[in-house]
Amino acid sequence: MLHPSHFTAVLLFALCASTVFGITMRDTPKRMFRYGAYCFALFVGSVVVFSWVMFLIAR
Amino acid sequence: MHDPCSCIVDRGMATTPNKPAAAKTSAKGFVYLPLIAGWLVPGAGHFVVRKPIRGALLAVSIISMFALGLAMQGKLYTSAQDILGLLGMAGDFGSGLLYFVSRALGLGAQPVQTTVADYGRVFIVVAGLLNIIAAVDAHNLRTGRKS
Repeated sequence: MLHPSHFTAVLLFALCASTVFGITMRDTPKRMFRYGAYCFALFVGSVVVFSWVMFLIAR
Repeated sequence: MHDPCSCIVDRGMATTPNKPAAAKTSAKGFVYLPLIAGWLVPGAGHFVVRKPIRGALLAVSIISMFALGLAMQGKLYTSAQDILGLLGMAGDFGSGLLYFVSRALGLGAQPVQTTVADYGRVFIVVAGLLNIIAAVDAHNLRTGRKS
């Protein structure tokens, strides 16, 4: 059985979802790559931000 | 003297994309084949419309996500007792043959008992939803709605 940490699971999820979003939402390879990278950054960035928010709320 | 109206019309015609012609050339055969193939096998719809690199990347992403979900001991929905179960089952159905083969092999049958298993359940549902997006994209490529 696979036991990734929460953050590793987020990275795997973001990588797969961003790849599909990039390919399906844009027309040219360059724009696909840029949009995929944008989605990946938003996924991971929002997780980091909300993690800090929850950490500060819990204190 | 130059007529401004004709200039606007000419410019408009020159910049209009040639979509009807593209749609006409791509409308031969069974239009829904990429949609169905893409649903049954992730990425297959893009292979049908001759976009193999996109198809391979989609296949790797979606199959990896589904396999990771199963490896985390995520649950496959087999029946719907409530509305959330129904939505989860609809998401699982999106994976096409992956779902049916996994059920036939008895994978994902155990109940969710750990947090990681719950992540796995989400991975499986989202893989199905992403596969539906990919299949619809292949259909759009086939009909000429997307290049």
